[in-house]
Amino acid sequence: MAARSEARVRGTTPRRGLWDLVAHPVRRVLEEGFMVAFGIVILIWTILPIYHMAIVSITPLTDAFAGRFWPERPTLENYQTVLFQEHYFLREFWRQLGNSLFVAVATMVIVLFVASLASFAISRLKARYGHVVSNTALLTYLIPMAFVAIPFYRVMSDYGLLNTLWALTFAMATFATPYAIWVFRQYSDTIPFELDEAARVDGATPLQLYWLVYLPLMRPAMIAIGTYALLLAWNEYLYAFLLLHNEERSTIPVAMGFFLNTDDAPWSLLMATAIIYSLPPAALYYSVRRYMVSGLTAGATKA
Amino acid sequence: MAAHAEKTAAAIAPERNRAHWTPELTWGAILLIPYITVFFLFVVWPVGYGVWLGRDPDSYRRLLADPVYLRTVWNTAAFLGIGVNLKLFLALILSAYFMSQRLWIRWLSILFILPWAVPSIPTILSFRWMLNSEWGMLNGMLWDFFRIEGPWWLVDPKLALGSAITVHIWKYLPFWTLILMAGRSAIPTDYYEAARIDGASRTQMFAYVTWPQIRNLYVTSTLLSTIWTLGDFNSIYLLTGGGPNELTHVLATLGVRYAFRLQELDMGVATVMTALPILVPLVFILIRRLGGRVE
Repeated sequence: MAARSEARVRGTTPRRGLWDLVAHPVRRVLEEGFMVAFGIVILIWTILPIYHMAIVSITPLTDAFAGRFWPERPTLENYQTVLFQEHYFLREFWRQLGNSLFVAVATMVIVLFVASLASFAISRLKARYGHVVSNTALLTYLIPMAFVAIPFYRVMSDYGLLNTLWALTFAMATFATPYAIWVFRQYSDTIPFELDEAARVDGATPLQLYWLVYLPLMRPAMIAIGTYALLLAWNEYLYAFLLLHNEERSTIPVAMGFFLNTDDAPWSLLMATAIIYSLPPAALYYSVRRYMVSGLTAGATKA
Repeated sequence: MAAHAEKTAAAIAPERNRAHWTPELTWGAILLIPYITVFFLFVVWPVGYGVWLGRDPDSYRRLLADPVYLRTVWNTAAFLGIGVNLKLFLALILSAYFMSQRLWIRWLSILFILPWAVPSIPTILSFRWMLNSEWGMLNGMLWDFFRIEGPWWLVDPKLALGSAITVHIWKYLPFWTLILMAGRSAIPTDYYEAARIDGASRTQMFAYVTWPQIRNLYVTSTLLSTIWTLGDFNSIYLLTGGGPNELTHVLATLGVRYAFRLQELDMGVATVMTALPILVPLVFILIRRLGGRVE
């Protein structure tokens, strides 16, 4: 009794509430039931919009206004319409998909090239004013993209790049590179400098150091950032919609926005397009998920 | 003595300088060129140009006289206040839930990432149609299962803003849950072991072990999320388009509306510039929090 009250004074004894009066096995069942119920709520919350996308995509165009949980006459003909470009809104579907792919891959290449060189110079070669560069990069990372859209549009027009895929590519690369440099620097700190020293003793030049030591060891971070840049560019709407004007120069997100210009948009086709467009990035994300989580959270836990 | 020290210092200094300027430093400078070029062409120049466009005090006077702008400020405050805090609070709870070792919860956690892995435009458009009051699936189900007339999700301005906040949370919740899970995993298990031996309840474990360990991360996440939420254009623009009657704009969408729909570039820039009083302190704090430790 004395020990108990002493423990209470120290504030370590659990407060005896109603919950503790419930017998142990009953408590376990209730707890498990709670976990399952919570899980079901999470499942519905997560899946509902995606499920909705999927079922609308298999609903015939004429039934799209039914608002049903399951379509009366499920069909795959919407996918056929999209893939064979058999609708006014989908005339340029394949070309737009190609544009999206071009911008995504080009952004990824530029970001990996520019950011890996910069992070190598800053953290391995200890370049002069490296910390200034890295802080300005961090500053850029913290400017919301949507806020710079207006002047960016004008500047691209001055550069004569308006309505070219390069405009969108440069925009995306500009906004992905700062984060890439930040992650690369965090990751680079985990690679021992002895490796560089050993290579230097063997007479490696800085470029050999970059190519033969730095890049191979940075592989996990490169995969994470490559995927990040690729998905950022693939998914971008605002800049694509501002910088690209005609249909054959657009990317898929802009094309999906065009659907909304009419009052009776063909939602079944829009959702079929949405599914086709969403599958590659989702598959990519899940296949490199391991790298993504560790890459994204590399700096986070230290912050 | 002092003169002697000065002499040695003077003797050493130039030598050190010379020793420091190695071919490696030359290469270091060369390898930074691509980034510095990108930075000047696509960051310094547009931002400077934006500041120049937003220099006219008259634009700000006109903004303050525009009821749409005033409404937008309130909307932005609500979007940030509710969107950021609710999202992070839910992420805090969910991160505890997903730390469970049960196999089915691990499977659920993989599925839970979907909103983050799937591009946002398709899902926002899916929400838009699902929430359609007359033909959408949500109200259709409410009627089919419960005989309830569903509300006017995207027609009532308050519900429309609430829907946009919901869409925003749906999209970004998985990301922040992952971040907070990483924070929780970094806490040594001995701490919990010790707390358990002392007979700590779950609430106490959270209050005295978990929270002190992840508080910093939670605050940083809140600040970072505030900036990103401020820049969330898609959740509003593609769900409500700022409507009905321009009542659901946030600063990011209103800027684009002024600049491109109304062709008033400087008004658009001015709209965005009025976010600077929140943005600048946030950026300042975050640079110290995220950048300070990298050296």
